[in-house]
Amino acid sequence: MKLEIDDSVLVRDYISGDEKALEILINRHNQRITSFIYSKVLDRDITEDIFQDTFIKVIKTLKRGSYSEEGKFLPWVMRIAHNLIIDHFRKNKRMPKFEGSDDFNIFAVIGDDKLNAERQIIKDQIDSDLGVLIEELPEDQKEVLVMRIYRDMSFKEISENTGVSINTALGRMRYALINLRKIINKHNIVLTS
Amino acid sequence: MEKIYSEEKNACRLTKVSSETIRFLLDYSRSLRVIDYKGFKFEAGLN
Repeated sequence: MKLEIDDSVLVRDYISGDEKALEILINRHNQRITSFIYSKVLDRDITEDIFQDTFIKVIKTLKRGSYSEEGKFLPWVMRIAHNLIIDHFRKNKRMPKFEGSDDFNIFAVIGDDKLNAERQIIKDQIDSDLGVLIEELPEDQKEVLVMRIYRDMSFKEISENTGVSINTALGRMRYALINLRKIINKHNIVLTS
Repeated sequence: MEKIYSEEKNACRLTKVSSETIRFLLDYSRSLRVIDYKGFKFEAGLN
């Protein structure tokens, strides 16, 4: 018959300095804890890391004498592991990890925000088409639209520069956009790429 | 060559952590001393 020493006895032994007791505790619960962590994170390396961090906390708490024997040892360790798993996911949400694989594409991670050559040509074409359409607008509307979109001026600045009220400038902008859409619809122009 | 096998290995379910991890924890435990000084607890790592 195999005699198994109770967890609480091992914990007490460990606190009083028996390092061997910790080894027995880790080996006894290795599978339960590892499976639990792995079932949540599904990654071998992260499982090892969280297992390690869990027991570092266990060791520190026991050595500091902060462990209360109210609950059982395993559920307590599982709770620590569970909290560390939550921390791991929180951290990854802030800083997403890229899952590498054989068909790893570095440009999927470090792609710049510039347009590629084709899209740049399309964008230039749309911009120049739009420039022609804007020329079709009545002068007062064109003036407001150019100041707002191309010169990035606020409506307050536009009103000061054109000598009209902010509301008038807003109204002209609104009509400029409505009229642009009308021109586009009238001539069946497709501006999107 | 080892890269060819890495993906399959990673797909296996991990049921127990490696002996290195356990060894590290046991060594860490042996090296850690908590010193109580006037109600304050200090951790000291002995190398």
